[in-house]
Amino acid sequence: MKRKIPLIITFVVGLLVITSDFIPHKPFGTLVSGLENWFMIISAFAILLGTLSLIKVSVLKIKFKNENWKYYILTLVSFFVMLLFGLFWGTKTQSGLFGHGEAISSIIGLKPFDYLFENIYEHLQATMFSLLAFFIASAAYRAFIAKSFESNLLLGAAILVMLGGTSIGSYLTGWLPESLKFLHLPNIAAFIMKYPNTAGQRAIIVGAGLGIIGSSLRIILGIERSYLGGS
Amino acid sequence: MELFYSRLGVWIGVLFTFAIFSFLYKDNPFYKVAEQIFIGLSAAFWVVITIYDTLIPNLFKPLSENFGGNIILLIPAFLGVLMLIRIIPKLEWLSRFPIALLIGTTAGISFLRYLKSDVLNQLTATMLNPFAASDWISMIGEILLIVGTICGVLYFYFSKKHEGALGTSAKIGIYFLMVSFGAAFGYTVMGRISLLIGRLQFLMGDWLNLIAH
Repeated sequence: MKRKIPLIITFVVGLLVITSDFIPHKPFGTLVSGLENWFMIISAFAILLGTLSLIKVSVLKIKFKNENWKYYILTLVSFFVMLLFGLFWGTKTQSGLFGHGEAISSIIGLKPFDYLFENIYEHLQATMFSLLAFFIASAAYRAFIAKSFESNLLLGAAILVMLGGTSIGSYLTGWLPESLKFLHLPNIAAFIMKYPNTAGQRAIIVGAGLGIIGSSLRIILGIERSYLGGS
Repeated sequence: MELFYSRLGVWIGVLFTFAIFSFLYKDNPFYKVAEQIFIGLSAAFWVVITIYDTLIPNLFKPLSENFGGNIILLIPAFLGVLMLIRIIPKLEWLSRFPIALLIGTTAGISFLRYLKSDVLNQLTATMLNPFAASDWISMIGEILLIVGTICGVLYFYFSKKHEGALGTSAKIGIYFLMVSFGAAFGYTVMGRISLLIGRLQFLMGDWLNLIAH
């Protein structure tokens, strides 16, 4: 029962979704739209589960005083502060349990949730990603060692795309006459992006798409069962 | 008062920006503090958005407005609660039912979506007549596009050893993939650099008022 019923559910639901695409009439059409709504609701609970798991891990680290346990207190504090602000006074578009929090907004200029979002969350997120600009440089140093024809292609394409996307690229080849405009760096970059890059991406997309179709069939037919876990 | 909180917000943003950048020197307590706060805020942000954008309009509101008419929504709500039970190790198996529903729906949707958009549509878009192109650059480009796509797909065919005609095609396929990876890398670098420029603009403009913003 612990394994067979979930397998049957997967098979029936998967088959229903596929059938509804070929027979978009009653009852399949309505059944599938209802199912999609269920999917959204359960997915929302899955996000809550992920959050519960984060809280559990943080609490256990604090309880057993694991390495760096003090920092996990900050995780919990920041989580609950942001959560309560959002639930009490809502977000930019939503009203919370205590309304829109006009009194607070008139003092700090924004709702508390949005204040934290704009002044902390957005900065942390943007800086975290911009940090990768430095690490990507060291990764490039290792990846771009021109030792074979393939790595030369990688290096050449990356340099041309980067130069073509910046003002220095336009400046370097801006003097070219009209008849040689196709050698203008921004044009070369656009050509690479439009044709060879699309060809490579398309091959990857088709390959991955076929793989996903195969995996979906394996899941629906119950051949692939790893999502059910161990025992 | 509003101006004070606005300036305070900028200063908080600056402090966290420097705390994250301090990682460039080495892992340190400032970075760890900023990192953990980021994790906490991210989790809370997504919980709040999920509640307001998914659970309230699709579950709580229909049930509170017309309970009898929407009683069927109690099933996904019950399955959602079963999903949360996963956190209790002894009852973990109960979460397999909602997971089965999610996986079944995802597999069905993926099967159709990828068949249409990632296989059929991509192949249709590759079926071009390069000799009908408007200029010779587009003609060369379209020939490259057709050859590159076919050879690239052949590279991913692993059921036969890559030798002879298949080997040559696969080799050409690798060349196109390499150009594609290079272009993608170049684009990613530019994206990250533009984020870095955005951060510097914030520090120089919003904080120090050295540049117009």
